[in-house]
Amino acid sequence: MKYDILNYADTRSGFGAGLLEAGKRNDNIVALCADLTGSLKMNAFASEFPERFFQTGISEANMIGMAAGLTIGGKIPFTGTFANFSTARVYDQVRQVVAYSQKNVKICASHAGISLGEDGATHQTLEDIALMKALPGMTVINTCDFNQTKQATIAIADYEGPVYLRFGRPKVPNFIPEDMPFEIGKAIVLEEGTDVTVIATGHLVWEALLAFDELAKEGISAEIINIHTIKPLDEEAIFKSLEKTKCVVTAEEHNILGGLGESVAGVLARNKPYPMEMVAVKDTFGQSGKPDELMEYYGLKSKNIVESVKKVLKRK
Amino acid sequence: MSTIKELKDISSQVRRDIIRMVHNAASGHPGGSLSITDYLVALYFEVMDHNPEKFDMDGIGQDLFFLSNGHTSPAFYSVLARSGYFPVKELATFRKIHSRLQGHPATMEGLPGVRVASGSLGQGLSVAIGAALAKKLNNDDKTVYCLTGDGELDEGQIWEAVTYAGGKNVDNIIAAVDYNHKQIDGDIEDVLPLLDLNAKFTAFGWHVLETDGHDMEKLLETLSIAKKETGKGKPVMILLHTVMGKGVDFMENDHKWHGTAPNDEQTEKALAQLLETLGDF
Repeated sequence: MKYDILNYADTRSGFGAGLLEAGKRNDNIVALCADLTGSLKMNAFASEFPERFFQTGISEANMIGMAAGLTIGGKIPFTGTFANFSTARVYDQVRQVVAYSQKNVKICASHAGISLGEDGATHQTLEDIALMKALPGMTVINTCDFNQTKQATIAIADYEGPVYLRFGRPKVPNFIPEDMPFEIGKAIVLEEGTDVTVIATGHLVWEALLAFDELAKEGISAEIINIHTIKPLDEEAIFKSLEKTKCVVTAEEHNILGGLGESVAGVLARNKPYPMEMVAVKDTFGQSGKPDELMEYYGLKSKNIVESVKKVLKRK
Repeated sequence: MSTIKELKDISSQVRRDIIRMVHNAASGHPGGSLSITDYLVALYFEVMDHNPEKFDMDGIGQDLFFLSNGHTSPAFYSVLARSGYFPVKELATFRKIHSRLQGHPATMEGLPGVRVASGSLGQGLSVAIGAALAKKLNNDDKTVYCLTGDGELDEGQIWEAVTYAGGKNVDNIIAAVDYNHKQIDGDIEDVLPLLDLNAKFTAFGWHVLETDGHDMEKLLETLSIAKKETGKGKPVMILLHTVMGKGVDFMENDHKWHGTAPNDEQTEKALAQLLETLGDF
């Protein structure tokens, strides 16, 4: 592959860096956090702009409502808490006063998926993409590394409308070049190939690149596409690649139901079907363990992508 | 400045609008709408500094109002229309397909005067607090008003918001509770007792006022006191002692009128008790 590991960093720190940068560029940006400022890496923003930072305590529902209210008067609120508490816990609030009310709120969620590790299934949301993409008008973004998360955070500040930005806890390879453009709703072709398309989001993007190398050794040419914006989905990029490769594997750290894979499957089913396999968590809850152990156990590693590619190639 | 009589006349017309809208739609919530009518009339026709002709979402330099108990939309819509936000004749479209007057207030259709959707209860106070904080950041010294139902206080989010505003000194907000002691399943005291509301809000750091929610003079006096209490470090809460179904004798104090539309005969009987002062829609 043509990407190097620049360093190991957590995507949540990319969010913190992006939030600070966005805050410096635009005085209207405000941030709210429900007692997880350290975990969300919002400290830098909070100390740089104390008057624009609202510590709500452990009251996520109130935080979402306050964020919607802050838009009335021209503020651009970024809320921060874990993914589970950003979605399932406050779904009705997000639905009524953010999505249905068309408020310019950025719901920023860390610790998504199973890779948060030892805290276990209460905190490991694997349903959040499904919930958020079902809301009309909601943009859903899942970033893959520090640099992309930082860029996405800055990009959503300039975008008018509600956004769900999903990222994670562990330190992972940071490989997206700092100067790679980030455009909401635009897929990134990371590697070109001709035999199979692999569409990955979040932490699975690096695994997809590792799979690219492994497949290349066996003479299989994979096209690796990073879809960071799950909604709206870049259908054009998907079909452009599939017209060439004729089969696809999706990869995500989410339940197989309701995630990126189902979004891609829906687009194919409604337009032109191609053989498809999905790498995702098979409709189960997570458990405590080390992030890497869990990714291995739930089948979210490069070898699982390789297996799925071989399977889908046989169905071509 | 309106006279008390003028305000009472508006209230009477708003009550007629409520009955006629709910009857016309054959659905809706007359009980609570009649209960909050006088408070909304006092706010929109006398107390609030607002610009109905040129509605804009941000409302900078204006007082803002948030209706948290969205099912009382008939009262809200009537007051908005009668104060000039949109044509009065549009009240006839309430709850009809393609109307801007949704069953519960919404922003999606662009109805002037509505700044957030409400209906799923317990959320409006949080939004009002956010808007109040935006005013502070904008150095906008206007006030944010919010109204909740009493049954709505069962919702946990209300107490998250009450804790925040009291604990963090959000002192440019005047909230009110429509304390009519009724909710869908019956008396508050039977469904889920609220106990001593005044003591509860006081303990949460709010400045609490109480008034008869139907006596226009007392309402104006209380709102004037409330206004003077803003900017002093505490949010202000007004307990409005009200009667569900106020103004229509057979609806008063009967929780069955929470969400039931009157039939033709009941409508006629109700309208006979309410003077037409500004012309029906």
